[in-house]
Amino acid sequence: MDKDDTLTRSEAQAAETMTGAQMVIRALKDQGVTHIFGYPGGAVLPIYDALFKVNDITHVLVRHEQGAVHAAEGYARSTGKPGVVLVTSGPGATNAVTGLTDALMDSIPLVVLTGQVPTHLIGTDAFQECDTVGITRPCTKHNWLVKDVNDLSRVLHEAFEIATTGRPGPVVVDIPKDVQFQNGAYHEPQAIHHRTYKPKTDPDLSAIVKAVEMMAAAKKPVFYTGGGLINSGPEASKLLRELVDLTGFPITSTLMGLGAFPAARPEWLGMVGMHGTWEANHAMHDCDLMICLGARFDDRVTGKVSSFSPGSKKIHLDIDASQINKIVRVDLGIVADAAKALREMIRFWKTQKHQVQAAGLKAWWKQIDQWRTKKSLDYRNSDSIIKPQYAIDRLYQLTKHRDDVFITTEVGQHQMWAAQRFHFQEPNRWMTSGGLGTMGYGLPAAVGVQMAHPDALVIDIAGEASVQMTMQEMSTAVQYNLPIKIFILNNEYMGMVRQWQEILHGGRYSHSYSEALPDFVKMAEAFGCVGLRAEKPSELDGKIQEMLAVNRPVLFDCRVDPAENCYPMIPSGAAHNEMLLSPDDGGKISDAGKMLV
Amino acid sequence: MHDTKVKLAGDVERHTLTVLVDNEAGVLARVVGLFSGRGYNIESLTVAEVDAMARTSRITIVTSGTPAVIEQIETHLRRLVPTHKVTNWTSAKAGIEREMALVKVAGTGEKRVEALRMADAFRARPVDTTHASFVFEITGAPSKIDSFVELMRPLGLVEISRTGVAAISRGPEAM
Repeated sequence: MDKDDTLTRSEAQAAETMTGAQMVIRALKDQGVTHIFGYPGGAVLPIYDALFKVNDITHVLVRHEQGAVHAAEGYARSTGKPGVVLVTSGPGATNAVTGLTDALMDSIPLVVLTGQVPTHLIGTDAFQECDTVGITRPCTKHNWLVKDVNDLSRVLHEAFEIATTGRPGPVVVDIPKDVQFQNGAYHEPQAIHHRTYKPKTDPDLSAIVKAVEMMAAAKKPVFYTGGGLINSGPEASKLLRELVDLTGFPITSTLMGLGAFPAARPEWLGMVGMHGTWEANHAMHDCDLMICLGARFDDRVTGKVSSFSPGSKKIHLDIDASQINKIVRVDLGIVADAAKALREMIRFWKTQKHQVQAAGLKAWWKQIDQWRTKKSLDYRNSDSIIKPQYAIDRLYQLTKHRDDVFITTEVGQHQMWAAQRFHFQEPNRWMTSGGLGTMGYGLPAAVGVQMAHPDALVIDIAGEASVQMTMQEMSTAVQYNLPIKIFILNNEYMGMVRQWQEILHGGRYSHSYSEALPDFVKMAEAFGCVGLRAEKPSELDGKIQEMLAVNRPVLFDCRVDPAENCYPMIPSGAAHNEMLLSPDDGGKISDAGKMLV
Repeated sequence: MHDTKVKLAGDVERHTLTVLVDNEAGVLARVVGLFSGRGYNIESLTVAEVDAMARTSRITIVTSGTPAVIEQIETHLRRLVPTHKVTNWTSAKAGIEREMALVKVAGTGEKRVEALRMADAFRARPVDTTHASFVFEITGAPSKIDSFVELMRPLGLVEISRTGVAAISRGPEAM
């Protein structure tokens, strides 16, 4: 790499001389970074030494590098700012890989700095050496190995630019230890004119004109929104509300898009997809116009692609051109930032004086209200055993008066129940591992969220299996006085695995039961947290109130019905209108469906 | 001329793509990793720096897939940070495609004479000659090289080294 290779800069720029390690800290400050999540080791000691002397960057010491990356993801998702991670070479870098992949799948902006063995040892199988850029190439948006200290400041600024613009994602900057010690020229961030990286964010207006014409002609439209609206920033959520106000169209969202549109509003259909509501999935299946905004037709949304919304025209807005026509052929693709495209859609809708198809839309809403009467999220409650749905409902009811509630989750049944039943009115309040489905995401993500929002109520809705994957981050929460609430729906099973084994594999629960579980209350105490347990529905509210009253990290062991399954469910290989609502619907799954994940 | 529009089976088509990239460390791995990671085919690949001042390299890839897969390949290549430009010579722009091969043939007597005669007809020239062998250099469309190799097979073909396809646009404009 050549220092002026990919950037053009103003000539008047003054360069300061400092060590590579000092450059890292300086670049973080110049990029406005206030928090980093990390774990020291041999190959990053010079950077940690430079960090020792600064007060305006808070370093959060995690207990495992995976936790650092998930914490940074939670921080990023809840603030809209990039998450920053600092880890050492070798195992430090490889432990970060799960989090990097998670962030890539869910488009979370992260800048991950890894130490590397000194340049003269690269390729010699040195202690704690690994090919970090090789390993992380497929799980980052971009990565760099910086071999010349004079390239370092440019690469660091470029890393922030690439992580946060266009479709956001994680980047890795691998910095050999000798480069950290060397002196070189530090350049401040400049207006970047990258030679090759120029993400397109402005929509083609001709496509916008066509889109609003299609919307004005639609009799059975539906908005299908996703995480792109969250990534675009709060403005996109505001504009989305305005567009729904103008049109009165029904709206559903993916798992990643929850909160962009308020769940309390009448146009909200609930979540779409495998565990989406009856009305959302049927509206998707029967619509005549699907307006996809910042979602990517994931298999968890489409179900059987060949039966996916067969009669509709489709508009797809995405900032990433490679997402358009990837899974589902669409009639109109718009490559743009969501907020910019929505602003233009609203403008053209108004200036061209478009009207909705009032009669058609009225009939469509009548049909939707019919579907709503199915009450697909209903469940049979119990007096004797806590149903997991009931636990989520109570948690929601007892916290919904607050406007500063942030929810993270692990992965599995509890995640789906939370998505279905914990309602969000604002974006950036819902942190979950959607694309990669990373068990163990929620606890460290909650750490990151609470660091960013010290006074907020941050709850990790967890499962007892997932939470054990990154349990050690309890210790981080204690160290930094983070009063996160870890609300475990403890059914003693890997619940979603058990559910699939029941439906697909004849009830042969192969290795999905945890025969030995820790006493979570005692474990909480061992970590220095507060441990609470609820075993009966009658004591649940009191225990939740107790949890909310404590200004310390709490591990809440909520013992729930181990046999409960998550419905509604579109079985693998089935279409949106072939949903199961309860165990009584059986669960015949085709051989082709069994092959799917 | 090699017909890249030929359908191999069903809707699968062969396409020749050129990717102009910044010549930075790991850029070839990014391109190749994209193909292997997403399950796309590479039938041939050539790469070399083409502008030392601008530090750009040109990668020409012959790939195959359905039109939808080819479209995905192009958009994913464009998405790579060091990519300047992607051109599809099969569907978007008229291009010329050429490949070079070195073909070693061993034999004596009539077979050896016949090999030389064939080589002459194909405008392949011997670049190494012994009493018992030739190495021919042949340039042309990949199909021409395929035909030449098939003709050499019964005449003592020993081994082949092919460069893969290089492509450039027709007319005065750049890619």
